[in-house]
Amino acid sequence: MPFGSASTTLSSLCPPGHVGYMKTGGEKVETEVLIIGGGVTGTGIARDLALRGIASILVEKSDINAGASGGNHGLLHSGARYVSNDMESAKECMEEGRILKQTAPHCIDDCGGMFVALEGDDENYVADFPGFCEKSGLACHFLSPEEARELEPELSSKLIAACAVADAAVDPFMLSLENMAHAKQLGAKLFCHTRAVKFILGRHGIETVLLEDTRSGRTMKVHPRVVINAGGAWAGYIAAMAGASLHILCSMGTLLVTQSRITSGVINRLRPPSDADILVPGGTVSIIGTTSRRVDDPDFIAPTVAETDHIVSQGAQMIPLLEKVRYIRAYSGVRPLVGSEDRAADDRNVSRGFTLVDHGETGVDNFITITGGKLTTFRLMAEKATDMACGKLGNKNSCLTRTEALPSTMEGKWTEPGLAPKRWMAKPHGETDKLLCECEMISEKTIDDIACELKKNNEIPDLLNIGKRSRLGKGPCQGSFCSVRVLAHMYDKGALSGTHGIDDIKAFLNERWKGQLPIFWGAQLIQAELTEAMHCGFFDLELAGDHENR
Amino acid sequence: MKTDNRTDIQADLTIIGTGMAGLSAALFALDQGLSVVLTGKTSSIHFATGLMDLLGVYPPGYQWDNPFAAIDRIRKEVPEHPYAAISNEDIDKALGRVQQFLGAQGLPHRRKRSRNVDIITSMGTLKKSHLIPLSMWRGVAVLEKRLPTLLVDFTGLKIYSARQIVSALGSNWKGLRDATIQFPGMELMEEVFPEHMARSLDVATNVEILARKVLPLIKDAKAVGFPALLGMYVSCKTIRTLERLLGVTVFEIPTPPVSVPGIRLQELFLKGLQKNDALLSLPEMVKRVESFSNGKYRITAGESGTLKRIESKGVILATGRFLGKGLTAERTGIRESLMGLPVVQPKGRDKWHNIHLFDPLGHPVNRSGLQVDRMFRPLTETSMPFSPGLFAAGSILAHCDWTRLKCGSGVAIATAHAAVRAFCKRYK
Repeated sequence: MPFGSASTTLSSLCPPGHVGYMKTGGEKVETEVLIIGGGVTGTGIARDLALRGIASILVEKSDINAGASGGNHGLLHSGARYVSNDMESAKECMEEGRILKQTAPHCIDDCGGMFVALEGDDENYVADFPGFCEKSGLACHFLSPEEARELEPELSSKLIAACAVADAAVDPFMLSLENMAHAKQLGAKLFCHTRAVKFILGRHGIETVLLEDTRSGRTMKVHPRVVINAGGAWAGYIAAMAGASLHILCSMGTLLVTQSRITSGVINRLRPPSDADILVPGGTVSIIGTTSRRVDDPDFIAPTVAETDHIVSQGAQMIPLLEKVRYIRAYSGVRPLVGSEDRAADDRNVSRGFTLVDHGETGVDNFITITGGKLTTFRLMAEKATDMACGKLGNKNSCLTRTEALPSTMEGKWTEPGLAPKRWMAKPHGETDKLLCECEMISEKTIDDIACELKKNNEIPDLLNIGKRSRLGKGPCQGSFCSVRVLAHMYDKGALSGTHGIDDIKAFLNERWKGQLPIFWGAQLIQAELTEAMHCGFFDLELAGDHENR
Repeated sequence: MKTDNRTDIQADLTIIGTGMAGLSAALFALDQGLSVVLTGKTSSIHFATGLMDLLGVYPPGYQWDNPFAAIDRIRKEVPEHPYAAISNEDIDKALGRVQQFLGAQGLPHRRKRSRNVDIITSMGTLKKSHLIPLSMWRGVAVLEKRLPTLLVDFTGLKIYSARQIVSALGSNWKGLRDATIQFPGMELMEEVFPEHMARSLDVATNVEILARKVLPLIKDAKAVGFPALLGMYVSCKTIRTLERLLGVTVFEIPTPPVSVPGIRLQELFLKGLQKNDALLSLPEMVKRVESFSNGKYRITAGESGTLKRIESKGVILATGRFLGKGLTAERTGIRESLMGLPVVQPKGRDKWHNIHLFDPLGHPVNRSGLQVDRMFRPLTETSMPFSPGLFAAGSILAHCDWTRLKCGSGVAIATAHAAVRAFCKRYK
């Protein structure tokens, strides 16, 4: 579920008239640190650097959290998931979870969690589990099946064991947006849709990085003192530009979003990590996943019908309701695993610890790669990478993210379920503010605020951009009605003109469509039929925009 | 149980479904002097725009000015399409009868012989259609001639922006302007709804107040376009009054659902049918259809406790697709909801849809449905009629992707006509 954040365009870095075309030589832009990758690690590094007084530029080829940081459960692991096979990770999770709950409570739903075993599950694993937890120093306590079902009534009646742990749900989008917003307040710069295309190497390392705006094709050069590769699943490609070899295994996981929230806390299957064994609440919805499939290219991933069916049937073993509920979206993400060799076994058994590489060891002195790891440990990963960068810069300031609270700037606020409805409900008596998206209860005034932000950043306030910054179209109607209302509103405001709206609504609805392909059955298919009836049957949109046919 | 064998109602024909196909089938059956029970609680016809497509596009992306020429080509190249079993003459006759009937109910329609015409949509696109409500028909010539035109919309109407239409079409229509006014009597309302506005304009004094508000805005305009909400039951009179008071052509532009023209169609069609005593309209969901060895059918409808039983010689299934609940899409496949009739469908859910929503080829799931013989009787897997007196009509039929081919109303009306004719041939 990637969406963007406010970002400047490349040209705004340079004075007017000097937009950094490569051919003309461009402007010489200097910075202390260039971070490549706008996931949770990259934005975490930008904030860590900023708190230590170090200037940085972050470039992201797509949008904030477009990779694994956006394509995951949003689970803040207690660590219990890893106690049996990766104690190091378990301990890291436990510690980092504790820190984040203190420093970034507004991004976290401290809902607690449970590990549950069902009839037929490996009883030895169940019996060994408390011992593993204890060895890792992790708190857990067993509940009787009755107690567990009282806490979570949707749990299967075939429950044989349940164990409460300190899992929580985290909004990874808000986390990254807030990291970046804080970093920007302290002077960091962000460029989305900007790809690092070439490193020009000098005697001691990277002298110049060539950047390209992926939408305009415009290029510019940056001269950083240190380059940090936080490219996640793409880190291998970035390292290769510096002649470094880094073997990243791409393990794709698919997740499904239900229309409403099913449990109050996180539910994990008490068995060695397998498919569809974690259900995480995400505000008003629940997310079930994942699968694990090796893919070659992280740019070409999509959930399949077979995976979807597998997730539903596996998930339904823990929560039978998953067989009947309405799903509103399916998405995939790629876990970047740093592996020395390909193993035949499940990718989930590869260590989920992170990898920090000092490329100085291979002659590129000012280049660092940080990858692997997981959402829960992003802060630690950022800290370690920043420590290494500080070493290279001769900066002795120590890390502050362990204790410094993450300010709530609300830059990503409209992506939070429940906030737009709250605003609408709280409107003063007599004030008018019509709902434009009835599923997610987004009103005119909220849309106007988002449009205003977009305009400030030189972006068009159209459906596609508003959709990336809000929950517009993310409810059960798939955007078929709210798209029409918001478009009419934007035209009335004079914010859109000409036939832009026709191309825009097609692109917007297509985005919603792609995320639902594998879950089109039952009510969701009926909705898809209505979408087509309106937008093809009536508006003829499949014929519009291609005037040669007319 | 004793009561289980009771039959409440006897009729020649039971029609299941009150959409375009069901209503048309009832009309044709009554024309034949049959006694008819029309069942069905709601239908998706109130989602309709009022425009009646015959055939607009074939092959994908290729638009036709002459729908019958397009049907000729379909007949040759897609022999499974429902049109292939019906002659152009019969299609034309069926359409003409519906047009005449609706005209008599105060809902006149117009069409050009063997021609599709361009209609402005609220998205600012132009859509080709065939049989057009008179209220929208007046806009056809206005569009053709690009007359100086004012498009009006109303404060608080969320689904419609006159400015959007003007912005999209204005580049090659110089005299096109927009204006937003408050709807008379609803000035204090934050949000206004087409259905309320339409009913309010059935009252003559409200029409006069509206005209007074619009008059000063007209200036050089030769026509005024409104969203389709100019009256509910007496829309023709409303428009005539507006034209007289404004002194220019007045026309309607269709809006997204829930649309007033769809409601007009549903209510006036049914009201017209109910004038005939041979029709019993039973607004209940059908629960069960059973056939007996004497060739008769028993149809059970309604909620438990108030169940109604109908006995008839034949049944026409016009239950629609997924939205109409005629078909049910399950994770494992598509089934016909009422009787479990075999459904022609792609093998596997991963083949139901293409990757892009607006793929001009359309999605294979939309060509799924019932396979019928030339008498419009659903077939079993072994290509035998499922039951001799069971017929099907409308969008539930396979091989016809109405959203892409633009043939929704045409197929509904023509197949309803063909199914009734097949029933008569068998039983008369």
